[in-house]
This record gives sequence, C-alpha cells and structure tokens, in this order.
Amino acid sequence: MNTTQTLANGKFSVEMQVYGSGEPLFFLHGAAGLSGFETFLEELGRDFKVYAPHFPGFGESTGNEHIDDVIDAALFYHELMDSLGIASANFVGHSMGGMFASEIAALDNSRVKKLVLVGPAGFWLDAHPIPDIFAAQLTELAPLLFDDPNSQLAQAFTAIPSDMKALEVMYIERVKRFATASKFLWPLPDRGLKKRAYRIKSPTLVLWGASDKLIPPAYAKEFTSRIAGAREQLIKDAGHMLPFEQQAAFCKAVRDFCKG
Amino acid sequence: MKFTWFHLMPYRFLPEDFKDKYRSVWVDIPQKLYDPRLGHRLYNDYLDQLEFADRMGFDGLGVNEHHQNAYGMMPSPNIMAASLARRTRNANLVVLGNSIALYNPPIRVAEEFAMLDVISGGRLIAGFPVGTSMDDNFCYGEVPATLREKYYEAHDLITKAWKETEIFAFNGKYTKLRYVNLWPKPIQKPHPPIWIPGGGSVETYDFCADHAYQYSFLSYFGYIAGKKVADGYWEVMAKKNKPLNPYSMGFAQVVAVSETDEQAEKDYSAHMDYFYNRCLHVYNGFADAPGYRTVKTIKAGILGQVGDQAALRREGLKWKDFIEQGYVIAGSPKTVRDRLTDALKSLRCGHLMMLMQLGSMPPELVRKSTELFAREVMPHMRSLWSEWEDKWSPKRLPEDEFQRPAPVDFELKVPRSTNGASRPAAQVSAEARSAK
Repeated sequence: MNTTQTLANGKFSVEMQVYGSGEPLFFLHGAAGLSGFETFLEELGRDFKVYAPHFPGFGESTGNEHIDDVIDAALFYHELMDSLGIASANFVGHSMGGMFASEIAALDNSRVKKLVLVGPAGFWLDAHPIPDIFAAQLTELAPLLFDDPNSQLAQAFTAIPSDMKALEVMYIERVKRFATASKFLWPLPDRGLKKRAYRIKSPTLVLWGASDKLIPPAYAKEFTSRIAGAREQLIKDAGHMLPFEQQAAFCKAVRDFCKG
Repeated sequence: MKFTWFHLMPYRFLPEDFKDKYRSVWVDIPQKLYDPRLGHRLYNDYLDQLEFADRMGFDGLGVNEHHQNAYGMMPSPNIMAASLARRTRNANLVVLGNSIALYNPPIRVAEEFAMLDVISGGRLIAGFPVGTSMDDNFCYGEVPATLREKYYEAHDLITKAWKETEIFAFNGKYTKLRYVNLWPKPIQKPHPPIWIPGGGSVETYDFCADHAYQYSFLSYFGYIAGKKVADGYWEVMAKKNKPLNPYSMGFAQVVAVSETDEQAEKDYSAHMDYFYNRCLHVYNGFADAPGYRTVKTIKAGILGQVGDQAALRREGLKWKDFIEQGYVIAGSPKTVRDRLTDALKSLRCGHLMMLMQLGSMPPELVRKSTELFAREVMPHMRSLWSEWEDKWSPKRLPEDEFQRPAPVDFELKVPRSTNGASRPAAQVSAEARSAK
C-alpha cells in the first residue's frame, strides 16, 4: 500500500510503502531508492508491519532542502516515527539507509528496538577503497552491484531503455536520486559515524553480501568493532544488492534476528 | 568590437595513442604523462604569447581555472594574471575566472582579485564561473547537490566585501566570518566588471540578466552550435526588458589565420585534431556529476562540452568539417574577416574570446596567426557594434598615475661565491640591499 505522510507543518511530505501487520519495521533504502523490485518488503510484511519511506528527494517525497547532513536525516526519521505514533521500531537499513539507521540509533537508542545493517555505508578505509558509483556508467553498474551481473534480476535492474523518452525520464530520475545521495556520500561516504557509533546500544546485526564489490565485506569489521555486541553475518552468492539477490536468506536473517 | 586573446595553456606533448590508451584527459589522467621540465618551457612560451598579444593591441588577455587537466594547466589563473600584470600595459586582464565555490573562505577571491586590480592599475575583469563538474565535483570534492547554492553565497560575500566601506559580519550557510574587512580594495569602483562564464546552464542567463553581468559562453563547438545558447540568453534578456547590448555577451571561438585558406589547413589541421581528439577526450562518467546540472537545464536539452555526446558529435570530423560546422574559423585574413563578422552578428556578440593557441600548436605558428589577425583582421572589425556602449570593460587609472615596472636586467650585480656552490639568490639580494 502506498501512503503519503505530511510532517513538521508541511516541511516534509513522505511517500511510503506499507505492508502487513505486526511489530513495526522500517526499511531504509540505499542511493538507488525504491525502484519497484523490492518484493522482499511484502515477504517481511508477513511478520512485521513494514514501513518503507522514500527519503526526501526520492520518489514523491519532498523537503530535501531541509536536510543538510546525516543528523538532519536521522532527526527526519525520528519525526516520521512521532507522526506515526511509533515509539520504537526495528530498523533495516541498506547501504546509505544503513548509514541513516546507525545515526538514528546513535542519537536515541530508545527509537530502535533492533538494528539490521545491510552492506551499510558510513566509513572509508584507505585499504579498501569504495568504487566511485557516481562516475560509473550505466553499463558498469551490474558488475558493481550484483554477485551475478548476468542474472535476469541484475539485467532488469540496470536495463537501459531504448526509447529516447523513457531514457530521459530514467536519466532525470537517476540524477535526482544520486544528487540527493551526494549530500551524504560525495566524494567519500564518511560523515563522522566513527565518532558516534559507540552510542549505538540497540542489538545490531551486520549483514553483508559475501561478494559485495561496491562496499567490500571488509567494512563489516568497522561496524562490529565499534558497536558493542554487534554480530556479523555474511550471505553467500550475494553482492551489494543482497536483499534483492538473496531474498529468502535476507528475510530469514531479518526475521530470526528481530524475532529472536 | 572587443577582442580577448584567451589561453587555455594545454600540455602539448600527449602521446599519439593517448585516446586509445587512457580514458580521460581530465581528473584521472596519469601523472607520468607530465614532465615538469617541459612544463617550464610551456608556461614561459604561453606567457610570452599573452604578452605578445598585449603588444599587438588585443583588448584583453584571458586565463581560466582548471584542475587535473592536460588541456588547461592553470589550477590558479591568478598566478598567471599576476605575472601578466607586471609584464603587460595595454590589455585588460580577463580572469575567467575563479571557481568561487571552491575557495574557502571565498573572501580569498575578493582579496586576490583586489590585488590584481591594484597591481594592474585597474585592468581586471573578474570572472565567476560555477566551474565544470570535473573541476568542482570530481577534483575538488564539492557535493553536486549544494554546489550552486554555495556558488551564489560566495558571490554575495565577494561582491558585498568589494562594495561595503565598513566592517561587516557574514553569516552564510557555508561561510561564517566575524570581520569582513577587505584590505586592499580594488581600484575600480564599486568593483571590477564581472563576467560569468557559462556552458549553457539556463540559470546562468537569469543570474547575468538580473545583476547586469556579462555572460560569456565558453564553447569549443564554435558559433554555429553556439547560436542556440546565445539565442537562449537574448531571449531571457528580452523577456526581462534588458537592453540587448552586444557587449553584455562574450563568446569563445577558435580562430586561426594564415596567408591563404590552403596554407591554414597545412598549418593548423594537425593541431586542431590534437585539441579535439586528445585534449577533449574526457571520460563520460566525469562529464556531469548527478546534480551538477539542474533538471531544468537537462530538460532544455543543452549538450555538455565534453563526454560521450560531445565526442559523438565530433566523431570522424576532418578539417573541412571543422570549418564548415563552425568549430574553427580559419583561413586567409579575408576569409576569417568574413566568417567572423557573420558569426559575431549572428550571435550578437561584442566580446570575442579568441582561442588562438590550440592543442599542440607551436609558438611560431601562434605568433604568425596572432600577428596576421591583429594587422589584417582586427582593424576591419573594430567598428562593429560602435553604436553601443561597452559597459563591461575596466576603467583603468589615468596615464599619469599608471606605474611602469623598472626595466628588466637579469645580470647579477654582485659576484656569486667562487668556492663551489652558489648562494641562494635571496641572500645575494639581501646583501645587495644592506650594501646600499
């Protein structure tokens, strides 16, 4: 179900996908946004009430001009929870969304019951440089993002429309999304989480695609070593787009951790 | 009609197979391709060329800012302008310009431009480009989403610092200063003429029109392709009821003069090829960071200067095509005169930025082309737009106040140490001073 939520006296308007029932669970998308391939949301809806908001600047959500940095972003999610009347929820954050979810907890652990970080951004290691996704050409995306770049999913996800009009629409959509993401990821995806990660007290699971070529699994240690009690779980045959590529394993890991 | 002799200062020695072997002339070009000893020669050649243009009566000498780029070796154009300020006397210094969003704090630009204006006796034209995506986003790490906001804020700070006569505090989003108190201040009041170089962003038309700044379209595609952008600018000016003064518009054009049309092809063809096929070989991923251009500009269908689309348009072009499609205006003085007059009239352009050294062009050819242009083309075109007043050129100091540098004599006036290593020059001159 698609809903629209207005926050902070109209500063933000949030388009949100909502599924199922149960304990609330927020899914925070990465820099590519919610693109319609997220069948795992419905599956998670069997056990949770799933909220998947489009971050302002993505989809139909507005108010990006009121968000300058990751702290503003985290407070935006606090505000969204307030408006929904949710005191505490499970958070699953993918890539850039993992960076936001970490900050949400670091600011106020009482809002985050369980934290699942999926190939999260937020750190930079000189020994493991993250490829420049912003400079990547459309044809280069599939190998960067997927374990199997030739799979039907990877091909569909990175398909280039042959029709000029559709190409323009896609191009402008990509510009909008990546421009928004650039506030948090450009030129390197480090906005000081290393100073604040020690504040995260919520039980944390760090999920990583074993063959993630965008943010290599080496980054998992950065999270588990800075967040007390955080546990690492590698999922095989998965790249950066782990929830899409290994939906069953992803949903099981989330379920087991949040229900456990 | 006014003419600015504009230098990009390219590296002239990229290998033959550059385009096949490397993906970009900009941002991630391998450092091993740069030889500082050749660089020494090039900077000095290029400054000689600009100084020669000063003697040949050009109205302006143009320099600009690029980073990590083999066709533009001026990370700091102000250093070049400082050198020219001392070694030239007639022409204006067209610094086109400083990418003001990159300076932290941007007050640095207000200071350096003030210094240049004072040293040169009020000959500065201050250019404020947004800067290319390659320079700003990829080389200098500016966040694409906030680049323009930062640019406008820097502009407000710099122009206010020039205009205000009292100390003020500046509480911007990107720059916060308790004491803005410019010292020195520019000679030109309230400030040097401001020119805004653009590559076709529609927002820039409005910005120029609203502030009465000169709009300079810096294109490498020539006047035929450039007409779309020029028309866009004039449309905005007309819509806003602004005077359609040709001097409010600048345009960059490749120009090369020889004895005859045939000789021009012999002289310049290979160097044009070097420029268009090696110098402009830019990896498409660097051409346009997401958010660098606004959605409005993308929808206006204005093509970028570099990247795949641009390369596609140039694919397989030969000398004849470059000439026919207007990328290059070249030939005998008469040919250049005729085509340039058509071009300037069609664009309604009063300030021409002439790219006369291009690609691998060696000094002797640059000199020939420059001299032929100055003697046999420029005088015939001076009267164009004479019915309009040029409000975008500097107001320099009167002759009787204008300082001239002491004549240069590089001979050492004190002997160097004779027992081996020579002493540092600073020590020599310090001793020379105390001996007086």
